[in-house]
Amino acid sequence: MAEAGPTGQDGRVLVKLRNPTRELVVEGPLQVSVLLRRLELNREAVLVIRNDELVAGDTRLDDGDTVEIRPVISGGA
Amino acid sequence: MKCRSCRGPAVIDLPRHNANFCGEHLVAFCREQVRRAIAEFEMLEEGDRVLVAVSGGKDSLALWDILDHLGYETTGLYIGLGIGDYSEDSAEFVRHFARERGAELLEVDLASRHGYDIPGAAQRTKRTPCSACGLSKRHIFDREALAGGHAAVATGHNLDDEAAVLFGNVLRWQLDYLARQRPVLPARDGLPRKVKPLVRLTERETAAYCIVSGIDYQVEECPMSAGNKHIGYKEALNDIEATSPGSKADFYLSFQRRAVQHFEQLGATAREALRTCTSCGAPSPSDTCAFCRLESMAGQPVELRSERTAIGDHATTTTGTMDET
Ligand code: SF4
Ligand SMILES: [Zn+2]
Ligand SMILES: [Zn+2]
Repeated sequence: MAEAGPTGQDGRVLVKLRNPTRELVVEGPLQVSVLLRRLELNREAVLVIRNDELVAGDTRLDDGDTVEIRPVISGGA
Repeated sequence: MKCRSCRGPAVIDLPRHNANFCGEHLVAFCREQVRRAIAEFEMLEEGDRVLVAVSGGKDSLALWDILDHLGYETTGLYIGLGIGDYSEDSAEFVRHFARERGAELLEVDLASRHGYDIPGAAQRTKRTPCSACGLSKRHIFDREALAGGHAAVATGHNLDDEAAVLFGNVLRWQLDYLARQRPVLPARDGLPRKVKPLVRLTERETAAYCIVSGIDYQVEECPMSAGNKHIGYKEALNDIEATSPGSKADFYLSFQRRAVQHFEQLGATAREALRTCTSCGAPSPSDTCAFCRLESMAGQPVELRSERTAIGDHATTTTGTMDET
């Protein structure tokens, strides 16, 4: 069994989403842009944060990483 | 991906500018966009005293931070809307920001100062929460800006907000709204100047600015915003943006540069002459302004109101000095 990473789960990439708040686990390594496409998210509508730092679309996510996908679209008038 | 400015590792890609930036140069890029918006649309003069409307969200806190860095003398204005946990949390984000910087923050609490909150006002009047909220905010921004002698009120409307509103106005050819959709509204009839310095930044950019600058903002959305039609317009525009980067900026900025003046001519006749509200003294087309009507319909009897007058009759101010370098 793969050792759990410091933050990730079972050595895979843990992805945290909001609205509604949920978590999912994906197989690494994979690029941020691939992850967004797989989740059918428009990159204009989100930012991806790994360990409090923004990561660009070509960043490779590895097993053990935890990433937050933060929506940036506000709804107020 | 490498930063366009320093060739270091990039943290964000901005396809509409055909550029990638590291954190440091993203910050510089955002400040430069705001500087250019202010200059192009003649929003502010150097060193102006600006009242910044802050909600605790990414846009208004980024705006406050950027205007400070551009050398304006800023005061934050936060309005307690009384929308449950959402409002309580948002106030904390704003206070934290102000405290960290020693920035001047003015707070007006609707319940203690005016005897109503937004959910209650929506229940007791025929307005939607957002309509009651918008009316309350505009009135209080105007009043506090004039009372404090500020040159202008700055709000955190970003490119996505403005492009979505423009999209909606075009869909229905709302000529009167199109005529008024300017990023700067000059002072008139006792109303202060209104400016929107973030119109050259998308919300992804303002959120990224906060993250790389260490500005802690409220990510949670106002619960009243659910079902807002502007969200749909934003998504539609983002779909277009994904396949043709730069479309949103082009749509909005070209409207400002080439089209809005034509609508202004059409809208000029519609402007009513303003009188003075007999109750609060604000400029108003009728004897009692819309805000005072809302307050009297939505407000609780004074006995109930007095339980909550923690803040008192005047806006509370926290003063400090800016730790600018
Ligand atoms: S979503 Fe509506 S009620 Fe909530 S803060 Fe925005 S305008 Fe006010
Ligand atoms: Zn750089
Ligand atoms: Zn009035």
